[in-house]
Amino acid sequence: MNRINEVFFSKKKNVLSIYFTAGYPKIDDTLRIARVLQTAGTDMIEIGIPYSDPIADGPTIQDSSQKALDAGMSLKLLMVQLQDLRKYISIPVILMGYINPVLQYGFGKFCQDCKEVGIDGVIIPDLPMQEYVETYQRTFEEYGIYNIFLITPQTSERRILRINEVSKGFVYMVSSASITGAKQNVSQEQVDYFVRIQKMNLSIERLIGFGISNKETFKNACKYASGAIIGSAFINQLSKDASDEAIISFVGSIVN
Amino acid sequence: MTSQEKYKVNSSGYYGKYGGAYVPEMLLPNILELQENYLEIMSKSSFKKEFDYLLRDYVGRPTPLYLAERMSEKYQAQIFLKREDLCHTGAHKINNTIGQILLAKALHKKKIIAETGAGQHGVATATVCALMGMECIIYMGAVDMLRQRPNVERMKILGADIRSAESGSKTLKDATNEAMRHWINNPTDTHYIIGSVVGPHPYPDLVARFQSVISKEIKFQLNEQIGRDFPDMVIACVGGGSNAVGAFYHYLNHSSVQLVAAEAAGLGIDHKKSAATTFLGTEGILHGSKTLLMQTADGQVTEPYSISAGLDYPGIGPIHAHLFDSGRAHFCAVTDEEAMHAGIDLSRLEGIIPAIETAHAISALDKFEVKDQVVVINVSGRGDKDLDTYISWGKY
Repeated sequence: MNRINEVFFSKKKNVLSIYFTAGYPKIDDTLRIARVLQTAGTDMIEIGIPYSDPIADGPTIQDSSQKALDAGMSLKLLMVQLQDLRKYISIPVILMGYINPVLQYGFGKFCQDCKEVGIDGVIIPDLPMQEYVETYQRTFEEYGIYNIFLITPQTSERRILRINEVSKGFVYMVSSASITGAKQNVSQEQVDYFVRIQKMNLSIERLIGFGISNKETFKNACKYASGAIIGSAFINQLSKDASDEAIISFVGSIVN
Repeated sequence: MTSQEKYKVNSSGYYGKYGGAYVPEMLLPNILELQENYLEIMSKSSFKKEFDYLLRDYVGRPTPLYLAERMSEKYQAQIFLKREDLCHTGAHKINNTIGQILLAKALHKKKIIAETGAGQHGVATATVCALMGMECIIYMGAVDMLRQRPNVERMKILGADIRSAESGSKTLKDATNEAMRHWINNPTDTHYIIGSVVGPHPYPDLVARFQSVISKEIKFQLNEQIGRDFPDMVIACVGGGSNAVGAFYHYLNHSSVQLVAAEAAGLGIDHKKSAATTFLGTEGILHGSKTLLMQTADGQVTEPYSISAGLDYPGIGPIHAHLFDSGRAHFCAVTDEEAMHAGIDLSRLEGIIPAIETAHAISALDKFEVKDQVVVINVSGRGDKDLDTYISWGKY
């Protein structure tokens, strides 16, 4: 069983997934941060592949990506950093990044290396479903890598049903029509959208992301899905203080 | 798709292997809305009527096709200049912005966003927004805002809200990223007017269709002047490639017409500071379409360089990538220095100071055999905006 499925099998509620950018704040921080996140009680980890032109991301993730790139981070180096991933990490690890660096790395090699280092799934926001089905799905499946799709408040019901069939592991529910980044609170409009999707009784698990920044927004999102994803708020934490203690205390402030 | 149409977009949004719509789910509803509606809207007679009327009475079309006699004498050829520089706002860009704002209105959009590099597309967008009384937000790289101050002020005078793109290299590609992010955050009431034949399908096709008026006019004007509606060669400069597509469009399937695209080589194609995408680029995905682009081995988009701010885009439109691959168009790389000399040449021989973008196309006359040929050069824009660059270059 894919580790992503295992998480949802053993934990029905309050699944916490945390995102951070590979090579940020220091280029060799990737594995350390992953280990500390696991120790602190995170259920799942998403590692961002830095990209020069991340159009779905807000300033926080853009900035962390640019700094990582400036320091010399690359997908190639990330795969090297993750060589020993499974010596230390037992929770699911997902890579999140844009399609262009993946294509330049070589799509087949990317899937193969993901499998070798123990990556469970990928989120590639600018890989559309049609292209996925026509060109990429077979290779993902061959290597057992889950491709996770996004849905937004604007995604049509018909499309959601199709994504429900095609997505593996879970669907990533983008909480509002927006790029990534911490927001104030959850609006009634968002709640309506969460409830609408909840009532569709999809067979696939749902995690809510974008704008989840603290215990309050996390708990709120968890009412409508199996769990939630925190990204920009954690990057902000890393920018202020990326020490083991600071990371443990950040995760603690959400799960405890 | 018939073989007759092999250079135009297919039903999946591709030109050969290039094109497509690689956009995040957040942008998909907007893109689907355009894909599903653009052809129907553009084929309506009321739409065509208003588009044609505005092009004639507001933009000043048809633009002249002028036989450049002294230039012709120099090259022993028959050289015609398609005078897009005489369009309102000084470049071909307005053909597209007129078309797209009518499209936005038909889709009941209330607000317009756009990106701009040198400011020409921003000015053309701000102009049509003023004309239609629509709210207008223009993203421009912080670096470009400093370099192109007069155009920033022109857009402000026209009532546009100029937003500085502070991410990445703070130039055109980053302004495009910011415009896309703005669109993600404002998905329902906003239309994004992309300025070139780039971006996710259907943008490359709809921009090409709006710009195709250029070659439509060349056909009937040539017919009037030389008794046949096609030249031996059409030359245009390519950044993203909208003026080139406009000039090539009605000749794409006319194989005897040689299509020449002049790219900006900057300091030279063997130099890091260049923007000659077909020479230095590789296949990848940028701003929603698969195309040729300048990037590192790791797939990070690199910052191009050209003396011409309108040509320093790291990619080219997917149709140009396809024209390059298939050999239908011939690409040449023109250095800053060659372009500047060509700009002076046109000024002295014909009394026309071209935009530096256009000067790259003029320089292509030295790179191909044109003797005894009928050649059309697309004069995409006028040089007024580039006076500072001419002055600081100084060799005239």
